[in-house]
Amino acid sequence: MSQSFCIETSLRPEHVDVHAARIRAQAREIGLAVPDGLATRRGYSLQVPGGEADARALGERLLADAVLETARVLPTDASPCEPDTRRLEVVRRPGVMDPVAQSIVRAAAALGIEVSSVRSWSAFVFPASVSTELLEQLGSELLANAAIEDVRIDPTTGIAPMADLPDVPFHITRVPLLEADDAALERISAEGCLALDLVEMRAVQSHFVDLGRDPTDLELETLAQTWSEHCKHKTLTGIVNYDGEIHDNLLTSMIGRATHELDRDFCKSVFVDNAGVVSFDENFHLTFKVETHNHPSAIEPYGGAGTGLGGVIRDTLGTGLGARPVASTDVFCFGPPDLTADELPKGCMHPRRIMKGVVAGVRDYGNRMGIPTVNGAVCFDERYVGNPLVYCGSIGLLPVDRLEKHVEPGDLIVVAGGRTGRDGIHGATFSSLELHEESETASSGAVQIGNAIEEKRVLDAMITARDRGLYRCVTDCGAGGLSSAVGEMGETTGADVDLDTVPLKYHGLTYAEVWISEAQERMVYAVPPEHRDEILALFKSEDVEAVVIGTFTDTGRLVARSHGEVVMDLSMAYLHDGLPRQERPATKRVRDLTDPSLPGDVDVATTTELLTSLLSAPNIASKEWIIRQYDHEVQGGSVLKPLVGVRRDGPGDAAVVAPVLGSRRGFAVGCGLNPKLGDVDPYQMSLHAIDEALRNVTCVGGDPNETSILDNFSWGRCDEPRNLGDLVEACKACYDGGMAYRTPFISGKDSLNNDYRSGGVSRSIPPTLLISALAPVDDILDVVSMDMKSPGSTLIVVGDSGAELGGSHLAEACGALGTAVPPVNLTVGPAVMRAVHELIVAGRLLSCHDLSEGGLAVALAEMAFAGEVGALVDVAKLPLREGVSGLHPWTAAFGESPSRFVLEVAADEVDAVTAVLGSLPHAVIGTTHAEHALRVVDGDLPLIDAPLERLREAFVRPLDLDAVSAETSPS
Amino acid sequence: MTTTPSALVLRAAGTNSDAETAHSFAHFGADTDIVHVNRVLEDPDSIRGHHVLVVPGGFAYGDDVGAGTVFAAELGTRLAGPLQTFLDDGGLVLGICNGFQVLVRLGLLPGLDQTLGQCQVTLTDNVSEKYEDRWVRLAISSRRCVFVGDMEPPEMMVAHAEGRLVALDDDVLARLDSEDRVVFRYADAQGAATQSYPANPNGSTRAIAGLTDATGRVLGLMPHPERGFHAWQHPEWTRQKAHGTLPDIGPGAAIFDNACAWVRANR
Repeated sequence: MSQSFCIETSLRPEHVDVHAARIRAQAREIGLAVPDGLATRRGYSLQVPGGEADARALGERLLADAVLETARVLPTDASPCEPDTRRLEVVRRPGVMDPVAQSIVRAAAALGIEVSSVRSWSAFVFPASVSTELLEQLGSELLANAAIEDVRIDPTTGIAPMADLPDVPFHITRVPLLEADDAALERISAEGCLALDLVEMRAVQSHFVDLGRDPTDLELETLAQTWSEHCKHKTLTGIVNYDGEIHDNLLTSMIGRATHELDRDFCKSVFVDNAGVVSFDENFHLTFKVETHNHPSAIEPYGGAGTGLGGVIRDTLGTGLGARPVASTDVFCFGPPDLTADELPKGCMHPRRIMKGVVAGVRDYGNRMGIPTVNGAVCFDERYVGNPLVYCGSIGLLPVDRLEKHVEPGDLIVVAGGRTGRDGIHGATFSSLELHEESETASSGAVQIGNAIEEKRVLDAMITARDRGLYRCVTDCGAGGLSSAVGEMGETTGADVDLDTVPLKYHGLTYAEVWISEAQERMVYAVPPEHRDEILALFKSEDVEAVVIGTFTDTGRLVARSHGEVVMDLSMAYLHDGLPRQERPATKRVRDLTDPSLPGDVDVATTTELLTSLLSAPNIASKEWIIRQYDHEVQGGSVLKPLVGVRRDGPGDAAVVAPVLGSRRGFAVGCGLNPKLGDVDPYQMSLHAIDEALRNVTCVGGDPNETSILDNFSWGRCDEPRNLGDLVEACKACYDGGMAYRTPFISGKDSLNNDYRSGGVSRSIPPTLLISALAPVDDILDVVSMDMKSPGSTLIVVGDSGAELGGSHLAEACGALGTAVPPVNLTVGPAVMRAVHELIVAGRLLSCHDLSEGGLAVALAEMAFAGEVGALVDVAKLPLREGVSGLHPWTAAFGESPSRFVLEVAADEVDAVTAVLGSLPHAVIGTTHAEHALRVVDGDLPLIDAPLERLREAFVRPLDLDAVSAETSPS
Repeated sequence: MTTTPSALVLRAAGTNSDAETAHSFAHFGADTDIVHVNRVLEDPDSIRGHHVLVVPGGFAYGDDVGAGTVFAAELGTRLAGPLQTFLDDGGLVLGICNGFQVLVRLGLLPGLDQTLGQCQVTLTDNVSEKYEDRWVRLAISSRRCVFVGDMEPPEMMVAHAEGRLVALDDDVLARLDSEDRVVFRYADAQGAATQSYPANPNGSTRAIAGLTDATGRVLGLMPHPERGFHAWQHPEWTRQKAHGTLPDIGPGAAIFDNACAWVRANR
């Protein structure tokens, strides 16, 4: 008799099914009408050797909520359908991570019930009147993702428990490379998803010709992983011919050069470890890394974004001997949220669906890890429709005596954490290829689902192991899996791995899959043999699986074995240095730009309307819907939250975190990103990004004199010379900006193949440079927020304004891109930052906000409604850049010149403040008042007159993706 | 000589607020131990040496199956005896957020019939159907609980997806009031209990945010007092500073202070 059962829990009829209500609302949003009577169920398929009585006990005592739910138990061969209903089931495909299974086994054991082969799923029960077509649409567009899940409609049997895959017979696969001609080389690369071009394939071929043998599949895969754009940054480290100007390695000659020349003493480790490391206090350093996870998030937004965050958190764990993550950041670029169905290219998900999935993925991973997600940004542009961007950052706290690490021959290779499965095969090479219409189905193996609790267990256990000194070196398993992790750790020694010892989720993996799988939540340690028993016991005591899979050697070779045979034997030197350098042409993009035509006469009605429309623009409007879903206060260090003010609706400039319990030293983290400017001038865009990131941390009290920055480039294909030309311009700005602000780059990452091909047309994303900034805050009680504090204060603008409108919201509103971006003044900008910081530390500012997208008027509106304090401001008093003789009233109100701040100063502090500002451009532009209204004039001309509530509404509403939900809960 | 309070902060896979919770007790002079549940399972009597048992916030076992369910199943089977002894000996128990969810699944709260394992209320999906981090006002409905003492009705932050209290039936609901088990309710700006979102962030029945048991020595609450421990954790502290009204300590600190003071006076 079969002992496999389906246990399904359902709400008792007297309770409200909040999931069903949400699904109906979401279906309505995409034009699908789901009738009343939908019921949602949770289900589990499992083997229960004790039979039906045990299964029933499990359902009633564990799986069903005793207060709300009932449990139904059926043998898996029985039909789960109920009379007069239709049923849709969603179940993860075999091999896709199911975090629930492990917990159920543990809890069942506590109840004295043995279970195995657990699989969880969802079921949706509809009234009989619902059509098959509607069910299919709901399945594909809302309830399931075909990349990882199967949909079953009105099934005749239950979902089977997890089955083991059959073992594959062992045999060594050799790839016939020696005899291959160019066409065959290209075919081998394409069929193997190797992402190696012909020059690289020829180099590999000649290496094996020298060895006199064909490579094994594993050797070829390992070279492809190690040589991927993702791992090697071939473009940035290659040779670029920019219209005759030769750049040999942009990474070292531009970005790294700034860091090197600045030689700041707070930089403890830059560009070498898994994250940049800077000093924090006498006991701890801070680590910071930002990663992209773009392609996986395009195909499976939830899993892609979740594992993106999980991956960068592992970078923190793998920095030095392991830093403890204390804050996360997230920055997203999506297609427009109001895109119509006709505008959606074939094969793409709607931007709203991507956004919801991405946010949920970051939320579930970060919240479960207990790491506050404190800062971020969202940018919308139609060119991100097929290729959304997901940047995740992680900041960690590293004891000062745990920075150095190395491997010694004889150290054991220990892998700890999640088991290895077929998930995430080819992630490193996949990320280096272009996305296309069939990516969703063709590359689903590259998509992973995370298990945050597994990673939390690893974190808890490894921090203890670190403090006891049980290992000598650590790195994370990221892109390329064990291949990259072991290959990097053993680069200067050698390594010998027995692939049969790696713990597997299920049978049926080939040795090559074991080696390159990017299964999540795994770390690799170099453990001196004398600590073997202690570290394995420690991991076991925290329920983390850890095993010895090999030894670091002194041979300089990377060796892997399976079934007693050598399946890989590569020279470490060739693996790491054998990659031929790329030489690529780049050219300056010729742009056809026009200036917007501003109206001759402006009045208060249209100008106020323009302000509210800018406040509602997706790139400016409140991101509260996202922010509230993140636990941004866990760990107890939240000094300045992402939303501030009386009603917590003001967009804070940067987050401030005090990471050491009991200490008042903190850090500010902020970011700068504005791809619209790059359409006009990628050099100025990049300077603006640096300036904006610094403005943000400076506004809240971060010290701009001690700030570190990170670069993350997401670019279109760089075999297109104009895209590469934009990249060269951006890199030049990184050098110039880094030097001028004395802000070293401490870490960076690039993602350079962000094109989406649909209907035979390839489309690049706009050049997108994210700059993240990390600044120390000496005493968190000095911190200032952006909400206006009191009526009767004086408002001062510091920083000067120019007439250029290129890439600004005002230009867009007036129907053109503009011809020039207001330039960053590399002398005045840094001086302004220093002065503002001096004022904050001296306690002379009541509030402070930077002028960014939407300019002065948007900044004033945000400060006013957040503080529930009104203001009267005259833009004619704005300090102008030298040579500028007057501004159009709209340019004055909405222009986006860099390096500017609004300061709120108590009347009796104005003299002290202007004394500090000295010869820097600054002016008193107005005062605050008790009446809840913002008034802006240009001399005698009234420009803006609006109640704060109107401005607030304009800002808060547009991106509330749940505006349909009930405002009041049932009593 | 007065007793030094001793708090045992229990953690499991996925617990994440253990350090700041221990820090809050330590601030008021308590000895604190953060101990993995596996260690307690190996030596169940080890909890007897402590005065306060804390189940902190987090996602124990990922909240798989249900919030707090797996952790409660473990405590309610393997640790039921030692837990009962700890309570009978006069120990204090504090469950915050995920810890509150564990305590209600265990039947420790509201504990109307004082039998472990009988679940009388549940904490389930917020009406908003999503995780939310926000600050709320609380009204104090009962001062019978030793953790409450004479504290002012506080503001605290909530961060959860499953905080809506639902009672097994109307009888249980009535007894929560008649037997004085409700400690905190979500309140509007005037301090009155409310069902309005977002002041009541999850749609909890009768705005219930925290419960105690028959003895008053057990407290479970969804809000996080340990994240409002310092004055600078309050979302408006920069306004309070500008207006000269920044207090010395945060609104949640009294919970820990009262527990430590009670131990000193009574043990």
